[in-house]
Amino acid sequence: MKGPLVLLALIAAAALAGPFLGDPSAVDLADRLAGPSLAHPLGTDELGRDMLLRLLEGGRISLAIGVAAAAAAAAIGTAVGLVSGYLGGWVDRILMRLVDAVIALPLLPLLIVLAALDLTKLGVPPRLAHADGIGLVRIVCLAVLIGWTTAARLVRGATLIARNRDFVRAARSLGAGVPHILVRHILPNVLAPLVVATSLSVADVILLESVLSFLGLGIQPPLASWGSMLSNAQETISAAPLLAVYPGAMIFLTVIACNLLGDALQRRFERRRV
Amino acid sequence: MTRYAAIRLVEIAAVLALMSLAIYALIGLMPGDPIDLMRSADPRMTAADAARLKALYGLDRPLLLRYAGWATAALGGDLGYSRLFAEPVAAALLPRLVNSLVLMGSSFVLAFALALGLGVAAARRPGSRLDRAVNLFAFAGVSLPTFWLALILILVFAAGLGWLPAGGVGAGFAGRLVHLVLPVATLTLASVGGYTRYVRAAMREALAQDHIRTARAKGASEARVVWRHALGSALVPVATVLALSFGGLVSGALVTETMFAYPGMGKLIFDAVMGNDYNLALAGLLLATAVTLFGNFAADLAYAWLDPRVSYS
Repeated sequence: MKGPLVLLALIAAAALAGPFLGDPSAVDLADRLAGPSLAHPLGTDELGRDMLLRLLEGGRISLAIGVAAAAAAAAIGTAVGLVSGYLGGWVDRILMRLVDAVIALPLLPLLIVLAALDLTKLGVPPRLAHADGIGLVRIVCLAVLIGWTTAARLVRGATLIARNRDFVRAARSLGAGVPHILVRHILPNVLAPLVVATSLSVADVILLESVLSFLGLGIQPPLASWGSMLSNAQETISAAPLLAVYPGAMIFLTVIACNLLGDALQRRFERRRV
Repeated sequence: MTRYAAIRLVEIAAVLALMSLAIYALIGLMPGDPIDLMRSADPRMTAADAARLKALYGLDRPLLLRYAGWATAALGGDLGYSRLFAEPVAAALLPRLVNSLVLMGSSFVLAFALALGLGVAAARRPGSRLDRAVNLFAFAGVSLPTFWLALILILVFAAGLGWLPAGGVGAGFAGRLVHLVLPVATLTLASVGGYTRYVRAAMREALAQDHIRTARAKGASEARVVWRHALGSALVPVATVLALSFGGLVSGALVTETMFAYPGMGKLIFDAVMGNDYNLALAGLLLATAVTLFGNFAADLAYAWLDPRVSYS
C-alpha cells in the first residue's frame, strides 16, 4: 500500500508545485522540439514550450478531473444505492435496470457523441459554452454520467444486507426516520467498499479523460492535458519520439498507482473483517 | 430456455428502439447542420433556398415526427445515404462491421486464452513470485491507455524496426494477416489484464471448495483437478463478468481502429461523428450497441450452459 500511495503523493505534489516553477504556456519558437537541457530537463514541444512544465499542468488537470468526477459519482451512486436498496419494489427494479444498461453499453462511441455536442443548441449561452474551462466541466459530467453505477450497485447491496440487521430494526422501532437510518446506520457500513471503489474510479476517469482529449474531444488548448499532448506528439513523432513517451508514461503511472492503491485498500479492509 | 431467449430478444429490441431515439435526438445537437453545410459549399444559395431545402428534407418538422420518418425507413431497410463515403449507409457499414468482428473476435479469443493460462497458474500458487508477477501484469494491462500502447507499438515495430505495417488493411490473405498483427496485439493487451484478474479470483475461490478436496482424495490427477473440476466451476462467475465486458471491447476497438487506420466500425463511428455524417453515425452507433447487446446475450446463454444449476425456465 505504501508504494502506490507514495507514487501518487509524488505526482500530486509535483503537479501542484508546477505553477511555481514557470509558465507552461510560454512559447519559444526558436527552440522547438529541443532535446533535454538544463533549462528544459525533458526538452520542448512543437511550439518550444517546456515539456516538464506541460506535463505537470496536465497532471494538475487530470488529477483534479479524476478526483472531482470520482467523488461526484460516488455521491450520486451512494444516494441512488441507498434509495434503491432501502425502498425496494419498483423503484429498485427501474434503477437497477438503468445501472445494467449503462454498464452493458459500448460507452466510448456514445461518449464521443456526447463530447461533440454543441452546447449552444442545448440553450447554454454562447459565452459560457465557449469558455476556456468548459471542457473540464464537460468531462467531469461525462465521467459522472457513466461512473455512478459502481457505487450504486455496491451501496445497494450493502443496504439490502443492513436493512434487516437487528440494529437497524431497533433504530426503526425507536421511531428513527428513513433519512436518519440511511445516513447514521447504513452508510457507515458501506464506507469501506465505497472508498475502494472511488480509488479505482479515479483511475477510470483519468483514462477516459486522456482518451477523449487524445481524440480532440476533451481538454482544449490552451490548457494542457496528457491526452492532448500525446495527440500533438503524434504529428512530430519522427522528429521527437520521446514527446510521445512522457505523457503516456505519466498516465500509466498515475492510473496504475490508483488501481494498486484501491487493491491494497480492499485487502486491508478484508483482512480486518475476517 | 426458449422462453427466456425470447424475452431477452424482445428486451434487446426495446433497448435498441430507445437508444435509436436517444441517439437521433443527440445527433441533432451536434455542431453544424446539413443545410449550413450545403450553404457553405455553394455561396450562391440564398436564405429562401435554404428554407425551401429545409422543408424539402423535412428539417422544419418536430423531432418526433422526423424520428418516426427515419425509423419507418430504417425498418424497411433504408438507412439513408452517407455523406462521407458517398454510398448508401448499409453499403458503407457492412464490410466495416466484418472487419471489426475479425479484430474483436481474434483479440477476444487470444486474450481469453492468455488469461486462462495466467490466471490458473497464478491461482494455483497464491502468494508465489509467479502470482505476484501475474498480478502486476494484470494491473499494468488495465492501467495502460490503449491509444498510447498503440502509439508505442507503431513507434517500435513499424517506424523503428520496420517489421510490420503501421496501419491500413493489406491485400490478400497474407497481407491482411500482417496488417492485423499490431491492432490485434493492442486490443488483446488492452483486455487481457481485466480477464486475468477475473480468472484468477474465480479460480482461487473454486480451488478452495470441498469438491476439489474430494476429487484429490479419490485420486484424480492434479491436471484433472485443476482443469476439469476447478475450472469447470470457475468459468461460471467468469462468464458473468465477460458478459459485461463486450461494451469495453467495442470501446477498445474504436481506439485501436482509429490508431491503426483500420477500416472498422469504431473508426467509422468516429469519422462519421467528426465529419457530421448524421445518417452514418446514427446507424453505426446503433450497430455497435446491437453487437454489444448480442454479445452479452450470448455470454448469458453460455452461463446457463456452463452451470447446470442455472435454468432460465
